[in-house]
Amino acid sequence: MSKEVVSKKPFMFFVALLIVGWLADLVLNPFLQFMILLLMINMILGMSLNLVNGFAGQFSLGHAGFMAIGGYVSASLAEIWWSRIGAVGGLLQIPFFIGLALIAGGAAALAGWVVGLPSLRLKGDYLAIVTLGFAEIIRVILLNTEAVGGARGFYDIKGPGDLRLGPLVVSQFLQFFAMTLFWVILCFVTIWRLVRSAHGRGFLSVRDDEIAAQAMGINTTQAKVRAFALSSFFAGVAGSIFAHNVGYLSPSSFGFNRSVDAVIIVVLGGMGSLSGSLLAATLVTLIPELLRPVQDLTGVDVRMIIYSFLLILMMILRPAGLCGSHELPEIWKKFALTRRAWAAKNMAGRQGRPSVPRV
Amino acid sequence: MRFGGLKAIDQLSFSIAPGDLIGLIGPNGAGKTTVFNVVTGIYQPTFGEVVFDNHSLNDLEPYQVSRLGLTRTFQNIRLFQDLSVLENILTAAAQHVSYGLADAVLHTRRFETQEKANLDLAMSLLSIFHLEDKKDAPATALPYGEQRKLEIVRALATKPKMICLDEPAAGMNHSETEELMKTIAQIRERFKLTVLLIEHDMKLVMGICERIIVLDHGIKIEEGPPEKIQNSKKVIEAYLGVDGSEHQIRLGS
Repeated sequence: MSKEVVSKKPFMFFVALLIVGWLADLVLNPFLQFMILLLMINMILGMSLNLVNGFAGQFSLGHAGFMAIGGYVSASLAEIWWSRIGAVGGLLQIPFFIGLALIAGGAAALAGWVVGLPSLRLKGDYLAIVTLGFAEIIRVILLNTEAVGGARGFYDIKGPGDLRLGPLVVSQFLQFFAMTLFWVILCFVTIWRLVRSAHGRGFLSVRDDEIAAQAMGINTTQAKVRAFALSSFFAGVAGSIFAHNVGYLSPSSFGFNRSVDAVIIVVLGGMGSLSGSLLAATLVTLIPELLRPVQDLTGVDVRMIIYSFLLILMMILRPAGLCGSHELPEIWKKFALTRRAWAAKNMAGRQGRPSVPRV
Repeated sequence: MRFGGLKAIDQLSFSIAPGDLIGLIGPNGAGKTTVFNVVTGIYQPTFGEVVFDNHSLNDLEPYQVSRLGLTRTFQNIRLFQDLSVLENILTAAAQHVSYGLADAVLHTRRFETQEKANLDLAMSLLSIFHLEDKKDAPATALPYGEQRKLEIVRALATKPKMICLDEPAAGMNHSETEELMKTIAQIRERFKLTVLLIEHDMKLVMGICERIIVLDHGIKIEEGPPEKIQNSKKVIEAYLGVDGSEHQIRLGS
């Protein structure tokens, strides 16, 4: 079945998209290449936040905080490695940066666990406020820590250079593309499979009815903290990728707006729909860029006005998000079914017969 | 059990032997559901003790109580609304798995066999209750009577030793209640269950319970077989009040 393709054959999917990345490397200009990486980072952010907000039903507004932890930890570790041990290059650099992202994710997950344990007793708005507060605390701490650049930001973050294998040159972009793609697919497969397991059903039951979940033997506190920590892990990974890709981090890039962006991706795509998050991440990343010509035309920055207007329109027309809590293939199947039924009905009407379902 | 100044349950002591079918009745506000909430760990008792299978339940969380084999249904249906019928049951069966998060992500053999076992359990329960055709329907799409049934099925998926049913016949019509009575007797036989039942439908209670406990204002006022309860003066007084005429006079003066 088509909907299982990514879940069952993630490696094939990886290779197929890698070819797309190679084409992008040849054809696209650096700005568009950067947009692709940003898009994938947003996908990781959206999917991971969906695990907490959509699947486990705990409204978190502090995703930027975990991303910041991942980014700064990763950047600092690379800096230390470079100055104490030496530059990493050649074939080693891809495993090195994947390992860094792993450690960055681990640090963010640890933070998520520490924050989640006490604060996940709160529900709804209260939890949102606490997580928002947490993200602000992280930002202010970073702002005042001179070792990581303080308000000036963290400059010259190490990243992989071009990889030379004899006559073959693997560009920096293609390496980033491969690494980010690896994490996007890992994030997707992890969450997809998890919510279809006993543990993931625990998350869903907590969202639907915590008291009933407890009575059915679900350790709800553990389920919430696990979802939160895992979500923070991927946010940390996204932070690490972002740091090495952009080469510069500043506390202001992890402000409230970035947390809200992640929430917009989740809500727009549909709470509890992974493919919805992918779709919404694409829209949220690309719409402001696609609207750039409009800005040239009018001379004022109307992008955000149009963008927010589209969001409001969206929430009026489809309050449950683009996909609701369904995945894209299910929606497509349903759409195909109704279209067929509609066509059959039309045909029956044209032939002057009453529209009865045909066997 | 005390809520601030309100003593919701006081002087209540009863024991249930394995395999019993006990009814817990009493007028509205007598504290029946509170008894369930204390027994299943949703409330921690402020005094007294609950013992199940030689384990004290006093300091246990509800999920731990459930894992000991004591489960319940709810008076106001509490199904997982966004999940399908099958997923509702699988969620209750989730406590039987021992695989970790990594097994779930990597689809290891441990994951496959345990998920298969849970699926088989769920499907066999569904077929016993004739719900297998509706396994993929959203839980909330079921008619009311079947939602009540699904609550019982879901509770059974935890493989309980004892099940507490909180007004399983609430809102059911006569024939549905009849069917429910048969179902309760049947599952008790089949799964060797101990059943504790809260119910207002006297016909059901008197019909299937071997022993009945009557609660009024948190105090046990009577306990015994159905015939004894039906003829007990104290029970009739609790339900209908003491001599109506006296009240009227007092109200008038």
